[in-house]
Amino acid sequence: MERSDSHDMSEHHHDHGDHHHPTPPSPVERRAAALEELLTEKGLVPDGFIEEVNRAYENDIGPMNGAKVVARSWVDPSYRQRLLENGTAAINELGFGGPEGNIVAVPNEPGVHNVVVCTLCSCYPWPVLGLPPTWYKEAPYRARMVREPRVLLKEMGCDLDDDTEIRVWDSSAEVRYIVVPERPAGTEGLSEEQLADLVTRDSMIGVARL
Amino acid sequence: MDGIHDLGGHQGFGAVVVEQNEPPFHAPWEALARSLMYLVMTKVPNPSSGAFRHAIERMDPAHYLNSSYYEHWLTAAATMAVERGLVTHEELEERAGGPYPLSLPVRTEQITDPPPGRSRFAVGDRVRVRQWHPTGHTRCPNYIRGHVGVITRADGEFSIPDVEAHSTQRVNEATYSVRFEADELWNDGQPGVTVNVDLWDSYLEPAGWSEATPTT
Repeated sequence: MERSDSHDMSEHHHDHGDHHHPTPPSPVERRAAALEELLTEKGLVPDGFIEEVNRAYENDIGPMNGAKVVARSWVDPSYRQRLLENGTAAINELGFGGPEGNIVAVPNEPGVHNVVVCTLCSCYPWPVLGLPPTWYKEAPYRARMVREPRVLLKEMGCDLDDDTEIRVWDSSAEVRYIVVPERPAGTEGLSEEQLADLVTRDSMIGVARL
Repeated sequence: MDGIHDLGGHQGFGAVVVEQNEPPFHAPWEALARSLMYLVMTKVPNPSSGAFRHAIERMDPAHYLNSSYYEHWLTAAATMAVERGLVTHEELEERAGGPYPLSLPVRTEQITDPPPGRSRFAVGDRVRVRQWHPTGHTRCPNYIRGHVGVITRADGEFSIPDVEAHSTQRVNEATYSVRFEADELWNDGQPGVTVNVDLWDSYLEPAGWSEATPTT
Protein backbone atom coordinates (compact mmCIF):
# COMPACT_ATOMS: atom_id res chain seq x y z
CA MET A 1 0.00 0.00 0.00
CA GLU A 2 1.34 3.40 -0.88
CA ARG A 3 1.72 5.66 2.08
CA SER A 4 1.69 9.38 2.58
CA ASP A 5 4.72 9.07 4.84
CA SER A 6 6.71 5.95 4.31
CA HIS A 7 9.31 4.66 6.69
CA ASP A 8 11.95 5.28 4.07
CA MET A 9 11.40 9.01 4.19
CA SER A 10 11.98 9.24 7.89
CA GLU A 11 15.73 9.43 8.05
CA HIS A 12 17.14 12.90 8.13
CA HIS A 13 20.50 12.14 6.72
CA HIS A 14 21.75 9.79 4.06
CA ASP A 15 25.41 9.36 3.36
CA HIS A 16 26.00 9.35 -0.40
CA GLY A 17 29.74 8.82 -0.60
CA ASP A 18 31.48 12.12 -1.11
CA HIS A 19 28.30 14.13 -1.12
CA HIS A 20 26.19 14.93 1.86
CA HIS A 21 22.59 15.85 1.20
CA PRO A 22 20.54 16.12 4.36
CA THR A 23 17.03 14.96 3.55
CA PRO A 24 14.43 17.37 4.87
CA PRO A 25 12.16 15.94 7.51
CA SER A 26 9.04 14.30 6.13
CA PRO A 27 5.63 15.90 6.77
CA VAL A 28 4.80 13.46 9.55
CA GLU A 29 8.14 14.09 11.25
CA ARG A 30 7.45 17.82 11.12
CA ARG A 31 4.01 17.29 12.59
CA ALA A 32 5.33 15.17 15.46
CA ALA A 33 8.04 17.74 16.19
CA ALA A 34 5.53 20.60 16.02
CA LEU A 35 3.27 19.05 18.64
CA GLU A 36 6.22 18.29 20.91
CA GLU A 37 7.62 21.80 20.59
CA LEU A 38 4.33 23.54 21.25
CA LEU A 39 3.53 21.40 24.29
CA THR A 40 7.07 21.96 25.58
CA GLU A 41 6.81 25.74 25.15
CA LYS A 42 3.56 25.69 27.09
CA GLY A 43 5.31 23.92 29.95
CA LEU A 44 3.32 20.72 29.56
CA VAL A 45 6.20 18.27 29.05
CA PRO A 46 7.78 16.97 32.27
CA ASP A 47 11.54 16.39 32.12
CA GLY A 48 12.35 12.99 30.67
CA PHE A 49 8.73 12.11 29.89
CA ILE A 50 9.18 11.67 26.14
CA GLU A 51 12.22 9.44 26.54
CA GLU A 52 10.84 7.37 29.40
CA VAL A 53 7.51 6.21 27.93
CA ASN A 54 8.99 3.76 25.46
CA ARG A 55 12.28 2.85 27.11
CA ALA A 56 11.17 -0.50 28.51
CA TYR A 57 9.69 -1.61 25.18
CA GLU A 58 12.90 -0.89 23.33
CA ASN A 59 15.02 -3.01 25.64
CA ASP A 60 13.41 -5.06 28.36
CA ILE A 61 9.92 -6.05 27.27
CA GLY A 62 9.42 -8.26 24.26
CA PRO A 63 8.62 -11.79 23.10
CA MET A 64 11.48 -13.19 25.19
CA ASN A 65 9.19 -12.69 28.19
CA GLY A 66 6.40 -14.74 26.64
CA ALA A 67 8.92 -17.38 25.59
CA LYS A 68 9.93 -17.84 29.24
CA VAL A 69 6.27 -18.25 30.19
CA VAL A 70 5.73 -20.86 27.49
CA ALA A 71 8.92 -22.77 28.33
CA ARG A 72 7.99 -22.87 32.00
CA SER A 73 4.56 -24.24 31.08
CA TRP A 74 6.25 -27.04 29.12
CA VAL A 75 8.49 -28.20 31.95
CA ASP A 76 6.20 -27.58 34.94
CA PRO A 77 2.69 -29.09 34.70
CA SER A 78 1.48 -27.25 37.79
CA TYR A 79 2.64 -23.94 36.28
CA ARG A 80 0.83 -24.79 33.06
CA GLN A 81 -2.34 -25.41 35.03
CA ARG A 82 -2.01 -22.06 36.83
CA LEU A 83 -1.26 -20.32 33.51
CA LEU A 84 -4.40 -21.66 31.87
CA GLU A 85 -6.57 -20.92 34.91
CA ASN A 86 -5.27 -17.40 35.58
CA GLY A 87 -2.83 -16.11 32.99
CA THR A 88 -2.30 -12.75 34.65
CA ALA A 89 -1.25 -14.28 37.97
CA ALA A 90 0.96 -16.86 36.30
CA ILE A 91 2.89 -14.31 34.24
CA ASN A 92 3.22 -12.16 37.38
CA GLU A 93 4.94 -15.14 39.03
CA LEU A 94 7.75 -14.75 36.50
CA GLY A 95 7.96 -11.02 37.14
CA PHE A 96 5.99 -9.86 34.11
CA GLY A 97 3.05 -7.47 34.30
CA GLY A 98 1.92 -3.92 33.67
CA PRO A 99 -0.24 -2.16 31.07
CA GLU A 100 -2.24 -4.45 28.75
CA GLY A 101 -1.40 -7.24 31.16
CA ASN A 102 -4.81 -8.80 31.82
CA ILE A 103 -3.81 -12.04 30.17
CA VAL A 104 -5.64 -15.19 29.11
CA ALA A 105 -3.41 -18.00 27.81
CA VAL A 106 -4.97 -20.24 25.16
CA PRO A 107 -3.23 -23.59 24.57
CA ASN A 108 -2.69 -25.31 21.25
CA GLU A 109 -3.38 -29.01 21.47
CA PRO A 110 -3.41 -31.85 18.97
CA GLY A 111 -6.21 -30.89 16.58
CA VAL A 112 -6.72 -27.39 18.04
CA HIS A 113 -4.94 -24.22 16.89
CA ASN A 114 -5.41 -20.73 18.39
CA VAL A 115 -4.71 -17.38 16.78
CA VAL A 116 -5.09 -13.81 18.09
CA VAL A 117 -6.24 -10.66 16.32
CA CYS A 118 -7.65 -7.24 17.21
CA THR A 119 -10.06 -6.20 14.46
CA LEU A 120 -10.81 -2.77 15.97
CA CYS A 121 -7.30 -1.51 16.73
CA SER A 122 -4.14 -3.26 17.91
CA CYS A 123 -4.75 -4.85 21.33
CA TYR A 124 -1.78 -7.03 22.24
CA PRO A 125 -0.32 -8.54 25.44
CA TRP A 126 2.48 -6.02 25.99
CA PRO A 127 4.06 -7.54 29.15
CA VAL A 128 4.74 -10.87 27.42
CA LEU A 129 5.16 -9.92 23.74
CA GLY A 130 6.17 -6.24 23.77
CA LEU A 131 4.74 -3.92 21.13
CA PRO A 132 3.00 -5.54 18.16
CA PRO A 133 4.58 -5.85 14.71
CA THR A 134 3.28 -3.59 11.95
CA TRP A 135 1.45 -6.35 10.09
CA TYR A 136 -0.62 -7.09 13.20
CA LYS A 137 -1.82 -3.47 13.23
CA GLU A 138 -2.57 -3.09 9.53
CA ALA A 139 -5.79 -3.68 7.63
CA PRO A 140 -5.14 -6.98 5.82
CA TYR A 141 -4.49 -9.01 8.96
CA ARG A 142 -7.29 -7.37 10.98
CA ALA A 143 -9.82 -7.77 8.17
CA ARG A 144 -9.00 -11.29 7.12
CA MET A 145 -8.13 -13.29 10.25
CA VAL A 146 -11.76 -13.43 11.41
CA ARG A 147 -13.10 -14.00 7.89
CA GLU A 148 -10.84 -16.70 6.43
CA PRO A 149 -8.32 -17.78 9.09
CA ARG A 150 -7.43 -21.10 7.47
CA VAL A 151 -6.60 -19.37 4.18
CA LEU A 152 -4.66 -16.56 5.82
CA LEU A 153 -2.71 -18.86 8.15
CA LYS A 154 -1.66 -20.95 5.16
CA GLU A 155 -0.58 -17.80 3.30
CA MET A 156 1.51 -16.81 6.31
CA GLY A 157 3.22 -20.19 6.32
CA CYS A 158 1.15 -21.89 9.00
CA ASP A 159 -0.27 -24.91 7.20
CA LEU A 160 -2.76 -26.82 9.34
CA ASP A 161 -4.47 -30.13 8.72
CA ASP A 162 -7.92 -29.66 7.25
CA ASP A 163 -9.51 -31.17 10.33
CA THR A 164 -7.62 -29.00 12.83
CA GLU A 165 -10.06 -26.77 14.69
CA ILE A 166 -9.12 -23.10 14.53
CA ARG A 167 -10.05 -20.78 17.39
CA VAL A 168 -9.68 -17.11 16.52
CA TRP A 169 -9.58 -14.69 19.48
CA ASP A 170 -10.62 -11.10 18.69
CA SER A 171 -9.34 -9.13 21.70
CA SER A 172 -11.95 -6.38 21.60
CA ALA A 173 -12.42 -5.80 25.35
CA GLU A 174 -9.99 -5.89 28.29
CA VAL A 175 -8.41 -9.33 27.97
CA ARG A 176 -5.19 -9.80 26.02
CA TYR A 177 -4.28 -13.24 24.69
CA ILE A 178 -1.13 -15.28 24.42
CA VAL A 179 -1.13 -18.57 22.52
CA VAL A 180 0.74 -21.42 24.22
CA PRO A 181 2.22 -23.41 21.34
CA GLU A 182 2.72 -27.17 21.56
CA ARG A 183 6.15 -28.33 22.67
CA PRO A 184 8.01 -29.58 19.61
CA ALA A 185 8.85 -33.25 19.38
CA GLY A 186 12.41 -34.25 20.12
CA THR A 187 13.07 -31.57 22.73
CA GLU A 188 13.00 -33.84 25.77
CA GLY A 189 16.65 -33.27 26.59
CA LEU A 190 16.58 -29.48 26.45
CA SER A 191 16.76 -27.19 29.46
CA GLU A 192 14.04 -24.64 30.19
CA GLU A 193 16.33 -21.91 28.88
CA GLN A 194 17.03 -23.81 25.67
CA LEU A 195 13.31 -24.41 25.23
CA ALA A 196 12.59 -20.69 25.60
CA ASP A 197 14.99 -20.03 22.72
CA LEU A 198 12.74 -22.13 20.47
CA VAL A 199 9.59 -20.08 21.16
CA THR A 200 8.91 -17.40 18.56
CA ARG A 201 6.75 -14.30 18.72
CA ASP A 202 4.64 -15.55 15.83
CA SER A 203 3.95 -18.85 17.59
CA MET A 204 2.55 -16.92 20.56
CA ILE A 205 0.31 -14.80 18.29
CA GLY A 206 -0.70 -18.03 16.59
CA VAL A 207 0.41 -17.37 13.02
CA ALA A 208 3.15 -20.00 13.23
CA ARG A 209 3.74 -23.46 14.67
CA LEU A 210 6.95 -24.65 16.25
CA MET B 1 -19.51 4.17 14.94
CA ASP B 2 -19.29 2.00 11.83
CA GLY B 3 -15.93 3.52 11.02
CA ILE B 4 -13.00 2.58 8.82
CA HIS B 5 -11.24 1.13 11.87
CA ASP B 6 -13.87 -1.61 12.21
CA LEU B 7 -12.10 -3.91 9.78
CA GLY B 8 -13.18 -7.42 10.75
CA GLY B 9 -14.42 -9.34 7.71
CA HIS B 10 -13.72 -6.68 5.08
CA GLN B 11 -12.45 -8.17 1.83
CA GLY B 12 -10.09 -6.92 -0.82
CA PHE B 13 -7.08 -5.97 1.28
CA GLY B 14 -4.66 -8.48 -0.18
CA ALA B 15 -1.69 -10.13 1.44
CA VAL B 16 -0.32 -9.57 4.90
CA VAL B 17 3.13 -8.10 4.42
CA VAL B 18 5.61 -9.22 7.08
CA GLU B 19 8.77 -7.24 7.77
CA GLN B 20 11.54 -9.51 9.05
CA ASN B 21 13.38 -8.49 12.22
CA GLU B 22 11.22 -5.43 12.66
CA PRO B 23 12.44 -3.00 15.35
CA PRO B 24 9.99 -1.58 17.92
CA PHE B 25 10.24 1.78 16.13
CA HIS B 26 11.39 2.48 12.58
CA ALA B 27 12.33 6.08 13.26
CA PRO B 28 12.50 8.47 16.20
CA TRP B 29 9.24 10.16 15.25
CA GLU B 30 7.29 6.92 15.81
CA ALA B 31 8.49 6.68 19.40
CA LEU B 32 7.82 10.41 19.79
CA ALA B 33 4.25 10.00 18.53
CA ARG B 34 3.65 7.24 21.05
CA SER B 35 5.05 9.36 23.88
CA LEU B 36 3.01 12.39 22.82
CA MET B 37 -0.20 10.39 23.01
CA TYR B 38 0.58 9.38 26.58
CA LEU B 39 1.53 12.95 27.40
CA VAL B 40 -1.68 14.40 26.01
CA MET B 41 -3.67 11.80 27.90
CA THR B 42 -2.13 13.03 31.15
CA LYS B 43 -2.86 16.69 30.36
CA VAL B 44 -6.46 16.70 29.12
CA PRO B 45 -9.50 16.63 31.38
CA ASN B 46 -11.45 13.36 31.60
CA PRO B 47 -9.09 11.13 29.64
CA SER B 48 -10.06 7.56 28.81
CA SER B 49 -9.00 4.73 26.55
CA GLY B 50 -12.35 5.12 24.84
CA ALA B 51 -11.74 8.79 24.04
CA PHE B 52 -8.24 8.02 22.73
CA ARG B 53 -9.43 5.19 20.52
CA HIS B 54 -12.34 7.26 19.27
CA ALA B 55 -9.93 10.03 18.28
CA ILE B 56 -8.24 7.52 15.95
CA GLU B 57 -11.55 6.14 14.70
CA ARG B 58 -12.65 9.64 13.69
CA MET B 59 -9.74 10.07 11.26
CA ASP B 60 -10.74 10.74 7.69
CA PRO B 61 -11.07 7.19 6.27
CA ALA B 62 -8.69 7.85 3.38
CA HIS B 63 -6.11 9.24 5.80
CA TYR B 64 -6.58 6.26 8.14
CA LEU B 65 -5.92 3.70 5.43
CA ASN B 66 -3.06 5.62 3.87
CA SER B 67 -1.06 6.29 7.02
CA SER B 68 0.95 4.16 9.38
CA TYR B 69 0.00 3.11 12.88
CA TYR B 70 2.01 5.77 14.66
CA GLU B 71 0.64 8.45 12.37
CA HIS B 72 -2.75 7.37 13.75
CA TRP B 73 -1.44 7.93 17.27
CA LEU B 74 0.04 11.30 16.35
CA THR B 75 -3.18 12.43 14.69
CA ALA B 76 -5.22 11.35 17.70
CA ALA B 77 -2.83 13.09 20.11
CA ALA B 78 -2.95 16.32 18.14
CA THR B 79 -6.72 16.11 17.77
CA MET B 80 -7.26 15.66 21.50
CA ALA B 81 -4.76 18.42 22.27
CA VAL B 82 -6.71 20.80 20.01
CA GLU B 83 -10.19 19.71 21.10
CA ARG B 84 -9.31 20.05 24.75
CA GLY B 85 -7.53 23.37 24.42
CA LEU B 86 -3.84 22.56 24.87
CA VAL B 87 -2.87 23.95 21.44
CA THR B 88 -4.69 25.35 18.41
CA HIS B 89 -4.87 23.87 14.94
CA GLU B 90 -3.39 27.10 13.55
CA GLU B 91 -0.39 26.85 15.87
CA LEU B 92 0.21 23.29 14.75
CA GLU B 93 0.04 24.09 11.03
CA GLU B 94 2.25 27.14 11.39
CA ARG B 95 4.86 25.21 13.34
CA ALA B 96 4.75 22.17 11.04
CA GLY B 97 4.99 24.41 7.99
CA GLY B 98 2.08 22.78 6.22
CA PRO B 99 -1.23 20.99 6.55
CA TYR B 100 -1.85 19.23 9.85
CA PRO B 101 -4.77 16.85 9.28
CA LEU B 102 -6.79 16.18 12.40
CA SER B 103 -9.59 13.73 13.06
CA LEU B 104 -13.16 14.69 12.21
CA PRO B 105 -15.49 15.97 14.95
CA VAL B 106 -17.37 13.78 17.41
CA ARG B 107 -20.81 13.07 15.97
CA THR B 108 -22.65 11.94 19.08
CA GLU B 109 -24.12 13.71 22.10
CA GLN B 110 -22.43 13.68 25.48
CA ILE B 111 -23.85 10.81 27.51
CA THR B 112 -25.46 12.17 30.67
CA ASP B 113 -27.68 9.23 31.59
CA PRO B 114 -25.52 6.15 31.16
CA PRO B 115 -27.13 2.70 31.32
CA PRO B 116 -26.87 0.73 34.54
CA GLY B 117 -23.90 -1.60 34.67
CA ARG B 118 -25.22 -5.09 34.19
CA SER B 119 -24.19 -8.71 34.64
CA ARG B 120 -27.01 -10.68 33.09
CA PHE B 121 -25.33 -13.70 31.58
CA ALA B 122 -23.44 -16.81 32.65
CA VAL B 123 -21.12 -19.25 30.94
CA GLY B 124 -23.15 -21.41 28.59
CA ASP B 125 -25.81 -18.79 27.83
CA ARG B 126 -26.72 -18.25 24.21
CA VAL B 127 -26.71 -14.56 23.34
CA ARG B 128 -27.45 -12.47 20.28
CA VAL B 129 -25.37 -9.38 19.59
CA ARG B 130 -27.61 -6.34 19.38
CA GLN B 131 -28.19 -5.07 15.86
CA TRP B 132 -27.51 -1.39 16.28
CA HIS B 133 -25.25 1.28 14.86
CA PRO B 134 -24.22 3.86 17.45
CA THR B 135 -22.76 7.12 16.17
CA GLY B 136 -20.16 7.28 18.95
CA HIS B 137 -17.42 5.00 20.23
CA THR B 138 -18.12 1.33 20.75
CA ARG B 139 -16.07 -1.83 21.10
CA CYS B 140 -18.70 -4.03 19.52
CA PRO B 141 -17.42 -4.97 16.05
CA ASN B 142 -19.92 -4.72 13.22
CA TYR B 143 -19.26 -8.20 11.83
CA ILE B 144 -20.88 -9.98 14.77
CA ARG B 145 -23.99 -7.80 15.13
CA GLY B 146 -27.23 -9.75 14.91
CA HIS B 147 -25.40 -13.06 15.27
CA VAL B 148 -25.83 -15.69 17.96
CA GLY B 149 -23.01 -17.05 20.07
CA VAL B 150 -22.36 -18.75 23.39
CA ILE B 151 -20.75 -17.23 26.48
CA THR B 152 -17.59 -19.19 27.23
CA ARG B 153 -15.89 -17.04 29.87
CA ALA B 154 -16.82 -14.23 32.25
CA ASP B 155 -13.98 -11.75 32.73
CA GLY B 156 -15.24 -9.39 35.43
CA GLU B 157 -16.50 -5.82 35.20
CA PHE B 158 -14.89 -3.01 33.25
CA SER B 159 -15.80 0.55 32.26
CA ILE B 160 -18.18 0.62 29.30
CA PRO B 161 -16.19 2.23 26.46
CA ASP B 162 -19.30 3.69 24.82
CA VAL B 163 -19.95 5.68 28.01
CA GLU B 164 -16.44 6.73 29.00
CA ALA B 165 -15.63 8.10 25.55
CA HIS B 166 -18.53 10.56 25.70
CA SER B 167 -19.11 11.21 29.38
CA THR B 168 -17.44 12.23 32.60
CA GLN B 169 -19.13 9.21 34.16
CA ARG B 170 -17.79 5.67 34.32
CA VAL B 171 -20.08 2.66 34.40
CA ASN B 172 -18.57 -0.76 35.03
CA GLU B 173 -20.32 -3.85 33.80
CA ALA B 174 -19.64 -7.49 33.03
CA THR B 175 -17.55 -8.53 30.05
CA TYR B 176 -17.61 -11.97 28.47
CA SER B 177 -15.88 -14.00 25.82
CA VAL B 178 -18.50 -15.07 23.28
CA ARG B 179 -17.89 -17.94 20.86
CA PHE B 180 -19.34 -17.72 17.35
CA GLU B 181 -19.18 -20.45 14.74
CA ALA B 182 -17.55 -19.00 11.62
CA ASP B 183 -20.41 -20.40 9.55
CA GLU B 184 -22.88 -18.44 11.70
CA LEU B 185 -21.00 -15.23 10.87
CA TRP B 186 -20.23 -15.80 7.19
CA ASN B 187 -22.69 -18.48 6.05
CA ASP B 188 -20.01 -19.99 3.85
CA GLY B 189 -19.86 -23.52 5.17
CA GLN B 190 -16.44 -22.86 6.69
CA PRO B 191 -15.88 -25.91 8.90
CA GLY B 192 -14.06 -26.16 12.21
CA VAL B 193 -13.53 -22.47 12.89
CA THR B 194 -14.78 -20.44 15.84
CA VAL B 195 -14.35 -16.70 16.29
CA ASN B 196 -14.27 -15.66 19.92
CA VAL B 197 -15.03 -12.02 20.70
CA ASP B 198 -14.88 -10.23 24.06
CA LEU B 199 -17.98 -8.12 24.68
CA TRP B 200 -19.66 -5.94 27.27
CA ASP B 201 -23.04 -7.00 28.65
CA SER B 202 -24.81 -4.03 27.03
CA TYR B 203 -23.89 -5.30 23.56
CA LEU B 204 -25.86 -8.53 24.07
CA GLU B 205 -29.42 -9.77 24.43
CA PRO B 206 -30.65 -13.20 25.47
CA ALA B 207 -31.02 -15.69 22.62
CA GLY B 208 -33.45 -18.08 24.14
CA TRP B 209 -31.81 -20.88 25.97
CA SER B 210 -28.67 -21.85 27.80
CA GLU B 211 -26.24 -24.65 26.99
CA ALA B 212 -25.66 -24.85 30.73
CA THR B 213 -29.30 -25.79 31.30
CA PRO B 214 -30.33 -29.40 30.69
CA THR B 215 -32.72 -29.43 27.75
CA THR B 216 -34.14 -32.93 28.19
